[in-house]
Amino acid sequence: MSAAAPARRAAALADIAPAATGLACVVAFFAVMEALIRSGLISEYIVPPPSQVIDALGRVVMEEHIVRRFFLTIGECLTTGVMITVFGVAGGVAMHRYKLLQQAVETWVAALAAAPVVLAYPLFMVIFGRNAWTIIMIGFVAALPPVILKTIEGLSGTRKVLINVGRSFNLSGSQQFFKIMLPAALPTIFTGIRLGLIFALINIVGVEFLINYGGLGQLINDLAERYDLPGTYAAICFVILVSVVFFMTLEKIERWLRPAT
Amino acid sequence: MDTPILVAEKLAVRFETAEGPVTAVDDVSFSVRQGEFLSIIGPSGCGKSTVFNVIGGLLSQHQGTVKVAGELIDGPHKSIGMVFQEESTFPWRNVVDNVAFPLELTGMPKQKRIERAEHFIRMVGLDGFEKRYPGELSGGMRQRVSLARTLASEPKILLMDEPFAALDEQTRLLLGDKVLQIQQQLSQTTLLITHNITEAVQMSDRILVMTYRPGRVKRIVDIDLPRPRTSDIVGSEAFGRYVAQIWNDLREEASRGLKDEEAHMLHEARP
Repeated sequence: MSAAAPARRAAALADIAPAATGLACVVAFFAVMEALIRSGLISEYIVPPPSQVIDALGRVVMEEHIVRRFFLTIGECLTTGVMITVFGVAGGVAMHRYKLLQQAVETWVAALAAAPVVLAYPLFMVIFGRNAWTIIMIGFVAALPPVILKTIEGLSGTRKVLINVGRSFNLSGSQQFFKIMLPAALPTIFTGIRLGLIFALINIVGVEFLINYGGLGQLINDLAERYDLPGTYAAICFVILVSVVFFMTLEKIERWLRPAT
Repeated sequence: MDTPILVAEKLAVRFETAEGPVTAVDDVSFSVRQGEFLSIIGPSGCGKSTVFNVIGGLLSQHQGTVKVAGELIDGPHKSIGMVFQEESTFPWRNVVDNVAFPLELTGMPKQKRIERAEHFIRMVGLDGFEKRYPGELSGGMRQRVSLARTLASEPKILLMDEPFAALDEQTRLLLGDKVLQIQQQLSQTTLLITHNITEAVQMSDRILVMTYRPGRVKRIVDIDLPRPRTSDIVGSEAFGRYVAQIWNDLREEASRGLKDEEAHMLHEARP
């Protein structure tokens, strides 16, 4: 019993060690930045000290309607998420089903994944106007390729033996797809959706900043134009925090949807 | 027991390869009687798995015929249940849902199919693991899930392709006991493809020995060992005689296979 207690403590320490080390690194980074700015090695007219950024965070949250802006940005992200899931998975399935389509289009889709779509925002503004649809559509175009590519990868990667199990049970084509290929491909498809949502969030905040419309991106733009540097950095930190929470939530949802892993 | 339920006649399979056509299986004929346990044994590359795919209906480009209870089959047939060499459980389904899979296809109500699946889970000795996922099970347990899933479809013929090949010898013997017990309990007609002599002698009523490429029937050996059988039989003198006899038949074929493989590797390595 007495030997088991230290072992349990060691195990508990090992469990929290990665998170604690990560947090310590962030704190150390802020401490170094604070020291460099206070000593004058980095100009505080360009980068405010972290202590001022932390002070400004409360002000930004209270005075800049951050909750409404947060829900606006997240709403745009979720709309984009639904669209990339529906069109991305359908596109991937179609391209897996029709090889000619895949051979003709896959390279273009892969190229689109690497393209800085955000730079085409004037074109989207001409088509959709200065409203949320411009933001959503840019997020959609930027986030679609990973979902399509991962859907193709997941379906193509279905193990031959599982297909043969389906054949041995005399499954029809649609049963083979819905009962074997799609569930087998789901982990890879979900990775595509997760990547897509991250691309979407980056692009949505970017376009909000560029067109000065909407949620968190517009807030950063407003604060920067007012030359409220601690506020600007506080808003940037808030967006980073939102991204981290968003990513962790997606991981949780994925684990809940796929209890087998 | 004397009525043949499965009859394969003059099976031949040829593949086109980069080095020209290869005859994998040639003129293979045999029959399996109702309730019988027949093993097909041969060295690597003799076309055992090709025969498995032809009987299971997964390989359509072949010559010759396969009949189940007099019916000519050309493709997967509901009377034949297949257990594969590779791990083939569905990782997204727990054990009970894996086993209930063929029952789900028949439209059986959920409660009834769960009860039925649990019956087959008990049969393979996995009770208590119903809610576990394949990722939480050992290789031997996963193969038992595959076996239970196939048994749940209540096939007339159980067709197995080296189902325990990836397992260690002790687990293999114990799972062999389990298969024997189930086969005896259900009077299940079983066709086992294997390269393991011990496994074949432990379980079979007859063993069909194949030649190295092209795979032909070299000899069919009757295994006259008492039933019900368990792995205890491995220590008997008669068992040892059968193993020696079959190895005698196989040694020449296995040597040919080895020489062929070495010659192929030399050819590949030549600049």
